[in-house]
Amino acid sequence: MRSSLEKRQMRAALWFLAPALLLLLVFFFLPVVAGLLLGLTDFDIYAIGSPGNARFVGLENYARLLTNDVFWRSLGNTLFFVALGGPLSVAVSLGAAMLVDAKLTRLRPLFRTIYFAPVVTTLVSVAIIWRYLYHPRYGLLNHVLGLVGVGPIDWLGDPHWAMPAIVLLAVWKNFGYNMLIFVAGLQAVPAELYEAAAIDGAGGWQRFRHITLPGLAPTFLFVGVTTMIGYFQVFAEPYVMTQGGPLGSTRSVVLFMYEEGFRWWRIGTASATAVVLLLITLAGALLQFRLQKERT
Amino acid sequence: MRRRGPQSLLLHAALVTTSLVSLTPLGWMAAAAFMQPGEANALPPHLLPHDPTLQNFVALFTRLDMARAFLNSAVITVLATVLSVFVNAMAGYAFAKLPFPGRDRLFKRLASALVVPAQVGMLPLFLLLRELGLVNTYAGVLVPYLASIFGIFLVRQYALGVSDDLLDAARVDGAGELRIFAVIVLPVIRPILATLAAFTFLSAWNDFMWPLIVLSDGHMATLPVALASLVGEHVQDTELMMAGSMLTILPALVVFLVFQRFFVRGITAGSVKG
Repeated sequence: MRSSLEKRQMRAALWFLAPALLLLLVFFFLPVVAGLLLGLTDFDIYAIGSPGNARFVGLENYARLLTNDVFWRSLGNTLFFVALGGPLSVAVSLGAAMLVDAKLTRLRPLFRTIYFAPVVTTLVSVAIIWRYLYHPRYGLLNHVLGLVGVGPIDWLGDPHWAMPAIVLLAVWKNFGYNMLIFVAGLQAVPAELYEAAAIDGAGGWQRFRHITLPGLAPTFLFVGVTTMIGYFQVFAEPYVMTQGGPLGSTRSVVLFMYEEGFRWWRIGTASATAVVLLLITLAGALLQFRLQKERT
Repeated sequence: MRRRGPQSLLLHAALVTTSLVSLTPLGWMAAAAFMQPGEANALPPHLLPHDPTLQNFVALFTRLDMARAFLNSAVITVLATVLSVFVNAMAGYAFAKLPFPGRDRLFKRLASALVVPAQVGMLPLFLLLRELGLVNTYAGVLVPYLASIFGIFLVRQYALGVSDDLLDAARVDGAGELRIFAVIVLPVIRPILATLAAFTFLSAWNDFMWPLIVLSDGHMATLPVALASLVGEHVQDTELMMAGSMLTILPALVVFLVFQRFFVRGITAGSVKG
């Protein structure tokens, strides 16, 4: 028999959890499951008025995606964005963390605040700012590059440069976030290891290679995978800066999904695209889980 | 005073250069926002306005109805912050301190859903809100902000540290669970609630995709949505767009500067999953 105290606590738990769990159930889990199902239907603009018009079509939406050049192009663009932006952003974050955390650094909190500031800015606003910075004729970036004899580059107008330009903006905006995580990781590396290495006469690079990097391995894993997952969801930057152009070179998977769903009201294909995004994300999370297990 | 070696000089040169890279885009925005029309396109570029003016801000508020967008953003963000702190604080506390069968398994299941991208449910959620008549309403844009798995996770990890003796003593004294939560628990977990509030404020204020979808009526648009549609018509008016960007970024920056230490806690807590 349960005591009355236990019963009281169980009843309280129910009331305390009810608002959050109900909200999550109705406005998160239910839509996610509905999304999986909608991906198997031909739900479109006619079905919005009367959902009875939607038919079950099995995997037809997925088959259609596989033969859709725009989808493949978007997936390729997104992979490029992740493959270039992910490592670059992690490397810059680590570099900034080491600068901020260095023993000789003065005004540490000031530099940390400055590097973190872009993280809290509104993505839409900074995308607009960078759109002007990237202006081939009047932009500050080409002006600075011109001073050292480079360019001018048509950053957002040239299909080869548009995605790298968006990567640059994303790295500028995000690196401060992972920097904070790296700083916490650096501080967890035991100081005695560095002292012992210094006594053994190890140089700066050797200490970095043999103490810092291995000590940061779990941090790398976490930062790497979460950054990749986040970068797969890139949307606002191309929406604001290029609308997916030029020549579709910056259309991302989520932008493709948005256009399919909310511009053309092809809810079926859009939902299938969302499922593809979910599968990619799950694969990333699984990878992190596996690697973490291997380490322990 | 310590002698400054070349190593220290090099280090600080790198620190300052990185700072310049971080600050230049924002500094240029702030300067251009006060420039006369066309001045932002001067060659060579002006780094400061030569004849500062407020006319860009005046235009935003008089001709372009950005005051309404600002109000929309403010109402949505404040409501999201206040409500979500309560919803997530109660749930996080229950997961930490109120035992019931299957509690920890339920929490684990919930935490594993953290990896599901919000975009996956966006289309059906839009259709659901459409059925409920909540498209183009504050309530419609708010509902997905109110309960957050990450928020529950943050509060739970922190509330695990609340002393059981303290809670049991209150129970012996005959206090009800709600009273214990309000009088004893809330004050103790205040730091993590500040973290949660700061995070929610910023993500609601800065969010783009969801308000873009659910607030299609121009009068309901939040600042980022209004700004993104403004740039379509006014892309040539650099100074005006920079004033609009500044109006959007400034509240976020101020909140960050005031609540800075709470951000550090939230980010590092999120990185060590328990």
